[in-house]
Amino acid sequence: MSNFFEKSDLSRKDAESIISDTLQKCDDGELYLENSKSESILLDDNKIKNSSYNSDLGFGFRAISDEVVAYSHSNEISKNSLKQSSENLKSTLTSVKGTYNHEIPKSNKKYYDNINPIEQKSLNEKIKILNDVNDYLRSKGDKVKQVTANFLGEQKSVEIIRSGGETLSDVRPLVRFNVSVMVEKDGRKETGVYGVGGRQSYDSYLKDDNWKSVCDEALRIASVNLESKPAPAGEMKVVLGPGWPAILIHEAVGHGLEGDFNRKKTSAFHNLMGQKVASEGVTIIDDGTIDKRRGSLTIDDEGTPTEKTVLIENGILKNFMQDRLNARLMKTRSTGSGRREDYRHIVLPRMRNTMMLGGKQTQDEMIKSVDKGIFAVSFGGGQVDITSGKFVFNCTEAYEIVNGKIGSPIKGATLIGDGPSILKEVSMVGNDMMMDPGIGTCGKAGQGVPVGVAQPSILIDKMTVGGTKL
Amino acid sequence: MIKDQEFLKKKATYCLDLAKKLGATESSVVVKNSVSETVNFRNKKLDEANRSDDLGISITTYVGKKKSSISSSNLLIDNLNILMEKCVETTKNTPEDEFNSLPDKDLLAKEVIDLDLYDESHIANDQKIDYLEKLESAASKDKKIVNTESSFTQNKSNFVLANSEGFCDGYKKSSFTASSVTVAKDEKSMERDYEYSSKCFLKDLDDADELGKIAANQTIRKLSPKKIGSEKIAIIFDKRIAKGILSTFASAISSSAISRGTSYLKDKVNQKIFSDKINVFDEPDMLKGLGSRNFDSEGVKTDTLKLVDQGILKHYLIDTYNGKKLNLKSNGRCGGTSNLYFENGNISFEDLLNSNSKSLYITETIGHGSNIVTGDYSVGATGFLIENGEFKYPINEITIAGNLKDMFQNITLANDLEFKYATNSPTMLIEGMVVAGK
Repeated sequence: MSNFFEKSDLSRKDAESIISDTLQKCDDGELYLENSKSESILLDDNKIKNSSYNSDLGFGFRAISDEVVAYSHSNEISKNSLKQSSENLKSTLTSVKGTYNHEIPKSNKKYYDNINPIEQKSLNEKIKILNDVNDYLRSKGDKVKQVTANFLGEQKSVEIIRSGGETLSDVRPLVRFNVSVMVEKDGRKETGVYGVGGRQSYDSYLKDDNWKSVCDEALRIASVNLESKPAPAGEMKVVLGPGWPAILIHEAVGHGLEGDFNRKKTSAFHNLMGQKVASEGVTIIDDGTIDKRRGSLTIDDEGTPTEKTVLIENGILKNFMQDRLNARLMKTRSTGSGRREDYRHIVLPRMRNTMMLGGKQTQDEMIKSVDKGIFAVSFGGGQVDITSGKFVFNCTEAYEIVNGKIGSPIKGATLIGDGPSILKEVSMVGNDMMMDPGIGTCGKAGQGVPVGVAQPSILIDKMTVGGTKL
Repeated sequence: MIKDQEFLKKKATYCLDLAKKLGATESSVVVKNSVSETVNFRNKKLDEANRSDDLGISITTYVGKKKSSISSSNLLIDNLNILMEKCVETTKNTPEDEFNSLPDKDLLAKEVIDLDLYDESHIANDQKIDYLEKLESAASKDKKIVNTESSFTQNKSNFVLANSEGFCDGYKKSSFTASSVTVAKDEKSMERDYEYSSKCFLKDLDDADELGKIAANQTIRKLSPKKIGSEKIAIIFDKRIAKGILSTFASAISSSAISRGTSYLKDKVNQKIFSDKINVFDEPDMLKGLGSRNFDSEGVKTDTLKLVDQGILKHYLIDTYNGKKLNLKSNGRCGGTSNLYFENGNISFEDLLNSNSKSLYITETIGHGSNIVTGDYSVGATGFLIENGEFKYPINEITIAGNLKDMFQNITLANDLEFKYATNSPTMLIEGMVVAGK
């Protein structure tokens, strides 16, 4: 737990009085304090290329009047600096006449332990694993030409002080371990990437030589791609594997269901509440409460406890994801989805762990039902245009399906679809629901936050595959 | 007010001295301060005002051929002492890498030339509001525009880079940026587009009225798009997309991708990788240039490079570490390119539109579909169908794909280059790409 006032001329009492004074007659607002420590240790090209450590400290002071947000942040936690921020906020909000909303839900539940993962494993141990990864992969044959592996660890302490002095705090651990391997055969090069992570110690993911399975998976993807043929171009059936391919859900519907875009009516979903937006049997939730997952949070960055929010239930649109500002303006409640990258950024409604729940069919049934299409197993990333609803995601491992059978692997291709209609094309939902390995970062308005996704295998009847083979 | 050079130099020197005392054989430090003020408007009303004051330090220490680095936003002496100790300790425990070192002393910049990168003028939030009111009133004139969001940011920054070889320099920079994002709606569709202007000097910024009008027009013309069939077709990339293809080229010739063997352009120096008439420059000393600089992020002097001459690749982008690995001298490109651009082609924009009876004009791409290892390219796209030189109708939900190796050999450039970003391209035609649609 950080004591933000320990080495400062600013006492907690001074801070509370500046906050209460500044937020008088504002509708909402708070002082957000953050102290984060992070490390990155990278092995690349047979060497430890980088070992770095970052310590970041700062505050963000926010005042909200009606729809207007005033924000000021600084690295310097001092009386002077907070007073200057207060002046900045006051000069923006010249005619405030609201009533501060003191209400904020409480919960005692915690979804991760108060640990500092960086200090739980020594530098030498981390370096040893990275070197072992390099040796292990390079022992797999001459085709392995490049190995990159890294540890990323973080401990972020946050404290939220609201008008009147109410204080909420959280300490968030986060780790990630990644392996990338490049293979070459007959002059052709391909890469494979895999990683694991979440909100617990490195050892939870790597003990008992578990790092070997991460290496094996990266190498498997790279090796499959060496044999890949040009991908087809055009509309066809697509079977998505379970787990990480759920970034389809994240891009296709997740972003479009964030409160801000719907309050502003710029989302393709803004007038579809209560309507059928997906096939029967499709249920999608956004859940911040799964133990130790990458996208989980005990409280969000406004202090609201997170929850399991049902977005789409059996095909019907039920809820948007809300922070306090958008919830107030849309006359609903926050779903604990208010997040920010760090103290430099304003709060936005964001996803946590976005998941499509499991159904009854098997992946086998799906593949057998397809005459011509593709089977996509692994993905790089995706993007969406909220307004038109069009979204893409990039396959990194995919196969053609011919007459109900999996055929040759195909080269990485972009898949494009329409968010509000794609889930109506889902004709089978698998019984093999799976979480992703814990590596996702979502970008919005220049802010990256850790997220998770999950889904079973699904069959989509029609989607455009962006290959080169006509 | 941003911190002055004296303050930043004092912090930098403190760290260098401490590193030496703690046993570092070499070290380098960057101290940077950046203050920005932003006002956002939505539907002609104030939406957000944001002030940020960022101070940060990053330090790299060497013990022989061992290296490690730290960074922090907390510059209090107590904290710096703890961090420096941790940094040198970590360095000692990190394995050696024979290529680790500071840049060669004779490559360091000897003097800092004034490149006109700092404007003293300050635009108060009230004046930003005036600008945005004008902008949004122009942007929302047409009834089809249902939402406008616009933004004005003033940024001022100052930095110092210092190393234990005696290099210690830095300078102030400023930028003024205005943008407008509009949403248009009709019975069939809702679309979004934008316009943007960013300059070092306030007086050079685009007219508010003009910026709003362009954003609105670009959005309205996208309404009621169609999806087309899959076919091989000529693609014309709008300047704002063409510059992204140039950026992909830059990442494929970075010395790190080359030395690691993860670029399809490895070993291609002095080979023809573009069509005959293509020339690419990286020009760091452009006055008021958005990417201008006196030296790179290691202090190495940066000179203009003609990266591609008549289609032939002439240089990689080299930093100290990867240069040593490749047995090449740094050419001051640690941290990437400066003002990177394709030289103008010799046909007009109109002639480019007319060069095929049918082509696609792409105004936006989505997805991260460039692979510099294989050269494979596949992205989602939005644009217009062009027939006989005329814009026929808007198109969306398609992908365009090809391989950069072939794409680069089939580029034709128009003569409409302008310096709107740090990386710039004229309008670009590429023949023989595949569109996937219906």
